[in-house]
Amino acid sequence: MPEQLVFAMEVFLNGLMAGVLYALVALGFVLIYKASGIFNFAQGVMALFAAMTLVGIQNGQIPFAPLINATLGTNAHFFGWNLPSAISLPLTVGVMILLAWAVQRFVFRHLVGQEPIILFMATIGLAYFLEGVADLMWGSEIKKLDFCLTAETCLPQGINLAIDEATYNWFGYGFFIDNLDITAAIVAVLLVGALVAFSQYTKHGRAMRAVADDHQAALSVGISLDFIWVLVWSVAGFVALVAGIMWGAKSGVQFSLSLIALKALPVLMLGGFTSIPGAIVGGLIIGVGEKLFEFAIGPMVGGATENWFAYVLALLFLVFRPQGLFGEKIIERV
Amino acid sequence: MKKILVTTVAAMMAAAPAMAELVFPSLSYRTGPFAASGIPFADGYADYFTLLNERDGGIGGEMVNVIECETAYNTEKGVECYEATKDQGALLYQPLSTGITYQLIPKATADGIPMHTMGYGRTSAKNGKVFSNVFNYPVNYWDGASVGIKHFKEVAGGSLKGKKITLLHFNGAYGKEPIPTLEKLAEIEGFEFNAIPIDYPGQEQKSQWLQIRRERPDFVLFWGWGVMNQVAVQEAANVRFPMENFMGIWWSGAEQDVLPAGDGANGYKALQFHNVGSDFPVFGDIQKYVVDAGKAAGAGDQIGTVLYNRGVYAAFLAAEAAKDAQAANGTSSITPAMMRDAMEALEITGAEMAAAGLPNFGPEFKVTCENHGGDGMAAVAQWDASAKKWNLISDFVASDASVVGPLIEADSAAYAAENNIEERCN
Repeated sequence: MPEQLVFAMEVFLNGLMAGVLYALVALGFVLIYKASGIFNFAQGVMALFAAMTLVGIQNGQIPFAPLINATLGTNAHFFGWNLPSAISLPLTVGVMILLAWAVQRFVFRHLVGQEPIILFMATIGLAYFLEGVADLMWGSEIKKLDFCLTAETCLPQGINLAIDEATYNWFGYGFFIDNLDITAAIVAVLLVGALVAFSQYTKHGRAMRAVADDHQAALSVGISLDFIWVLVWSVAGFVALVAGIMWGAKSGVQFSLSLIALKALPVLMLGGFTSIPGAIVGGLIIGVGEKLFEFAIGPMVGGATENWFAYVLALLFLVFRPQGLFGEKIIERV
Repeated sequence: MKKILVTTVAAMMAAAPAMAELVFPSLSYRTGPFAASGIPFADGYADYFTLLNERDGGIGGEMVNVIECETAYNTEKGVECYEATKDQGALLYQPLSTGITYQLIPKATADGIPMHTMGYGRTSAKNGKVFSNVFNYPVNYWDGASVGIKHFKEVAGGSLKGKKITLLHFNGAYGKEPIPTLEKLAEIEGFEFNAIPIDYPGQEQKSQWLQIRRERPDFVLFWGWGVMNQVAVQEAANVRFPMENFMGIWWSGAEQDVLPAGDGANGYKALQFHNVGSDFPVFGDIQKYVVDAGKAAGAGDQIGTVLYNRGVYAAFLAAEAAKDAQAANGTSSITPAMMRDAMEALEITGAEMAAAGLPNFGPEFKVTCENHGGDGMAAVAQWDASAKKWNLISDFVASDASVVGPLIEADSAAYAAENNIEERCN
């Protein structure tokens, strides 16, 4: 087999893996948009906030320590414990649920019936507010994320030796596939499965879908919009936590994590804002497309094509399907 | 009413800075995606001046006033900070960003205020004949490229002929800076050179590292910043690139760049233009007079880290120039013009560093009217993951002036022609 084809296959597989990571971020956007029509600009910051909270709780960091110390004249920064991830994870989920409640109670409850652009602007404000709170709460230093469910089962990093060996035997060149990416793919599949099962087979899931279809109709059959939106923001917060863990394991938990939202936008444009499968398929197409383009064309044009090519690809799809691959076609009668 | 007026005026007088104090604005970035790098530098810069105030009563009897202005590493905000602080008696600016530096070069020159862009900014500002108010001692990016290649040559056994060297770099002005130097060095040394760019912010570098894995360069030189650094070190460990052959510029060589990768980062190298660690007398004084006294700019937990040390070093160089300006003019109350003249005649010796509690902390160098960049000396540091510390593994080595010099001449001549600048120092 020609060497370049073998390399292209490796790039293709890595593109799929990268696509899964993009889709993880895009999922959070889809959930909120589908249920409330809000394009949540703060989704990237929610991933940052969730990951910082997880590491902060895990490391026994005292939240708002600089503020507390400045007020009380103390010098305490840590509680002195190190919690296992199995405990810090549910505690972080609890914080994200609390955040979802606060967002609904103090922001969006007061904006019911407002234009979508107003709701979008509110999420911009929320993003900056949340970033500031995260800074005050946990500090701005880069934190190493050690996520281990048990002492032996930590998030793996580095080359998958089995794939390396197998592909070497087949093609004479061992493929590089990161164990973390494989884990992310498995987690994404489980997450999407759980989300689909939740929305199809549970009472609250069905209520969530009813609200997504028609707010007024859902209200008329006694579904509480307040509760459903808290639920949706909580689920989006959980998805943000998963994305924050996966991306944070690659780079450390730091403020740049909020920028992963940039990677989700072309995925949303391509997959549609209202489809969970669309987010996954969109992520895979963007991931593979940008990686193969960089591999084949990048060297001829000076490289670093991925950021812009993802958007070009999404725009091309938009020309033919403005609602995205899986998005719902909106027909409004005059 | 009269009482209120008198109290208000008295309060305003107390709040206003004393005219004779030495004002050093600090264009810091404690917020945003780069805050983790900005905070230790800002802390080090402020803490050193606080030490001088607390221990020595300032510089030459004048208290130092560090006016901090938050830029969030944003060029527009940096320019706003400059405009907001320049009339408060500012003696020297450290823009701490290549983007801000480029914007401030004409402004600061017109305002007669010196700028110190230590290890960043416009490389050709080393040519004092063209850039009267900009100083980039002790080292610049082209020096870094030259010293890095010198080190690789040494590791390769004295020759780079036939070797492959890749520059993995931020896809912007900063990251592209070393390319002309490396292309020239490739011609001279006979190695094969290629550059692989990474777009901002650099959280996804799979394509770049797959390319490196396919092409198998002997050495990788890295010009990264922010999250790009942590991801690159992690990806290098993932593809099992020999870390001892992977070297970052000084902006890719702090603790936070390597800690997230854990043991995988062991052996990674970075260029430094100052020493590392906390084993210097000055840090004992900072602990005693600044941190323990509750006057530290931050939590006091950054002492000895690479970027804190860089902030201390920048403040030390500024303080030495201020002392020289006072001595040369016979007054403790100096102006920006006096400060500029003193920077242009600055000589940092081992004795001065030792006297400041910083023995062998940086290279010895001398600034002249023609040469605002010193001798371009840098050292190589290596990360010890088990001890979680950087160690200098080389002396401060001078760059290859025969390569860097003509490039600086050419670039500064082009700038002079574009801006109708008449060469000075004749």
